[in-house]
Amino acid sequence: MTRPETRLILPAPDRHSIAGKTATPDEHAELVVIGAGPAGCAAATEAARAGVQVVLIDENPVSPGLIGMDVPFHFGGRATSAVQTPERLVEHVLESNPALAEAFELGVDVRLSTSAWGAWVNGPGLRSLATGVIGLADEARSWTLGFDRLILATGARDLNLSFAGSDQPGVMGAQALHALLVRYDAFAGRRLVILGSGELAIATAELARARGLEVLALVEARDAPVGDAARLAALAGQGVEIITAHVPLAAEGGADGVTGIILVETSEPGRRRTLACDTVCLAVGAVPVIELFDVLGAARAMVPERGGHVPVVDAQGATSLAHVFAAGDCTGLGGDAAAAGRSAARAALASLGRPAEAPEAVFRPVGPDALAYQLDWTRALLATGGPEVMVCLCEEVTRGELLAVQPPRYLGWSSNAIARRNLATLAQDGPLDQDQIKRLTRACMGACQARRCREQVALTMALGGEVPATSIPLAGYRAPVRPLPLAVLADGHETADMTENWNVWFGIVTQWISYDDIGTAREDEQIRAGMPY
Amino acid sequence: MTNKGTSVVVVGGGVTGLSTAWWLARSGVDVTVLEKGIVGFEASGRNGGGCTHYQSPLFHEEQRLWPQMDELLGYPTEYRRERIVFQVDERKANFADGLSMRIPAGYEWEVLDGKQVRERVPLAGDNAICGVHLHFGGHANPQRTSQAYAWAARDLGVAIHQHVAVSGFETAGGRVVGVETSAGRFGCDALVIAAGPQTGKLSAMLGNPVPMAAARAEMIVTEPLPLMPTGGVDGNGLYGRQTLRGNLAYGGGPHEWYDDTPLDGPPPRPSGSVLRGLSRRLADLLPRAAHARVIRSWAGVIENTPDGRPVIERLSAPDNVTVATMSSVGFGLSPASGHAIRDLVLDGVCSFADLSKLSRARFKELSGDWRRDLNWLPPQPATPTEGAAL
Repeated sequence: MTRPETRLILPAPDRHSIAGKTATPDEHAELVVIGAGPAGCAAATEAARAGVQVVLIDENPVSPGLIGMDVPFHFGGRATSAVQTPERLVEHVLESNPALAEAFELGVDVRLSTSAWGAWVNGPGLRSLATGVIGLADEARSWTLGFDRLILATGARDLNLSFAGSDQPGVMGAQALHALLVRYDAFAGRRLVILGSGELAIATAELARARGLEVLALVEARDAPVGDAARLAALAGQGVEIITAHVPLAAEGGADGVTGIILVETSEPGRRRTLACDTVCLAVGAVPVIELFDVLGAARAMVPERGGHVPVVDAQGATSLAHVFAAGDCTGLGGDAAAAGRSAARAALASLGRPAEAPEAVFRPVGPDALAYQLDWTRALLATGGPEVMVCLCEEVTRGELLAVQPPRYLGWSSNAIARRNLATLAQDGPLDQDQIKRLTRACMGACQARRCREQVALTMALGGEVPATSIPLAGYRAPVRPLPLAVLADGHETADMTENWNVWFGIVTQWISYDDIGTAREDEQIRAGMPY
Repeated sequence: MTNKGTSVVVVGGGVTGLSTAWWLARSGVDVTVLEKGIVGFEASGRNGGGCTHYQSPLFHEEQRLWPQMDELLGYPTEYRRERIVFQVDERKANFADGLSMRIPAGYEWEVLDGKQVRERVPLAGDNAICGVHLHFGGHANPQRTSQAYAWAARDLGVAIHQHVAVSGFETAGGRVVGVETSAGRFGCDALVIAAGPQTGKLSAMLGNPVPMAAARAEMIVTEPLPLMPTGGVDGNGLYGRQTLRGNLAYGGGPHEWYDDTPLDGPPPRPSGSVLRGLSRRLADLLPRAAHARVIRSWAGVIENTPDGRPVIERLSAPDNVTVATMSSVGFGLSPASGHAIRDLVLDGVCSFADLSKLSRARFKELSGDWRRDLNWLPPQPATPTEGAAL
């Protein structure tokens, strides 16, 4: 039996779409604050004093597994064994953060060792949500937390610039060093060389010295130091050498990691000197942590004077999303984080219709052009260290492979056609895009979720493509913004509708009828049989 | 501003449009591709990478071409032959019966028991109950393949304009003679519309609407794991692959219908709404990978026609226009779809397959309310309910 071919057979009404399958969040809070640094603690305590039910989330102390993966900071293998038992670090985390202890006392529901791996609000392409939702996880499980208002105070993370040997234990970031020294009291190094001479490098040197560590030198790529002259002079007076017009060529190492750093003069690469140290601390810059803003789809801007890509926030801390506020370094580096936290809390309270003091306008300092500084460092490292240095450690992509837009090594692919392609030719095809470069070279595709390479890949792209560093679009952040095991992320409590009507694709039965059978009795047979799998 | 004319303008720099441009250029045709974003940056570069579409009239050509694509393009696609599909749910114990109805004669495949699955899929576990091993089909890297088409087309002289949005068409004498864009007018002798979710709207501007609705689907990616002998492994309500790098990249589960997708910008973003469901099913499918860390997720926005089948048609008026939507299954078929569209543009008929059932004529009687009738509508927010007490 043959039907006329023009007869239209439509599938059954769709029961496989997301409609009706989204579970109510496992928990709900009036206000959620993410990040228990100065901004987050100030926000949480301000809101708690106003009688609002507040949940304050912080991932510290982080698990030893994440520390080993350099998440969230570039720990560089310099944590002591104390981090193997995060529960024992809790006391120290509280002791070192009086504002957090105060939040506890005010009845804020504080969740430590809890990471926020995603956040969503109702909007275009996401119409099923009744409230904002945060994805949370600890070592054992993941769950969801609904919110009426959200304040992100996620701080800043490390900026990594690589050089030969920088993948061994002992090369680390300034944020990681701060966390290990102050929050965890778990730093394994003794003799440091610090890269950079700006505010971050100076503060890092001062902290390290205050903790009884030896700081051999501050190393600056530019011809003159960039930080406060008086504080630099004080450090110099304490025996810290301020070395300008040098960058690291290579870290020397042994079984325990770094044993020294070879420095090279930027204008005369033949001139080298070696400093014996066990730790090289990168303090060239910090990066506002905007992962959750990007997952949420909040508006952002490139502001080099505030540290790079930052969310667009008003003077009180409101973002482009009605229910999401922000405070502290995640909105741009520097400024009075606690004041910003209080202000964001007041703005959030007002939007909840709660009585609140008027938000104060927060002064956001304008720092030096962070990207220009980072670019100078990147240029000097590239000029002296050459193309063989890894720019992406997880995926083993060298600077040269990035500049040449080479396919990954595991493909073993080489051809004249591909050899003609590079960043410059790609830039002629259209504006350079880091997400495109990720997929072509795999740089930034690794398990550290590009925390160790995202910025230097963008900076190297700017150099190779001969385009302004500010023109490279942000490589998008996508949930989960922390690397979580399948078994942890797995949803143990999905809705019955989700379970029953899960389909591998759209579940359109007519889509999978063999073409030759369309319009024949075999079509009916296949429709009756349902989806093949 | 008026750009120099070209023989064929292809609207859409996804795999279908890029493959078409490459095929046309191989025949010596002067081609311009207009892409509103970056080539292969939407669903073309973000999908499961499957190359096994036995339901399609393009299947034989798909199977013939994939093993040659690296060499033909001159750039890597990461294509690998073979697929294993297996199940861990007793209710799917007989799923191979459904396949036997559909897989054409002449393609080798075998049914596996649980033990055979474990032998061939090192990450599978004791819960594997049955599977099939297809000694045809396979998988490739979507983004790398999209870029390979783009570069190969450029090598043959194709002009690819990225970040150029089409806003209208200029017709004269019953033919399209120009394309109006954000970068000015492009003259043309023939037009191909292969613009994914925008294909329906663009074709409607020429009086030939193609009914379609767009939806988002999501995938997750894990950190790399040791390579399995066959990377094209899926099942348990998932599609996907182990990449040649070792990552597990898997999708499946509920989609979200969109009201509309813009002509001049990217579609809305990933939602995370099925990320945990995917993780659960992948940990069940491959229990020996349950420790693997998920490091990112993707979303692609894809269109479907009301019966889920492609439209590949040279219009009768204007008669120099060919429209193509692959209805959410376009990546794997792209080597063949480009060939078919090239044939329609140059010869008026596909040289290697009958495509007559893929014309818009089948939708002649379609109700104006078809999206409502099929329940292909964006979800309404769930009624706010009290969350569990803290």
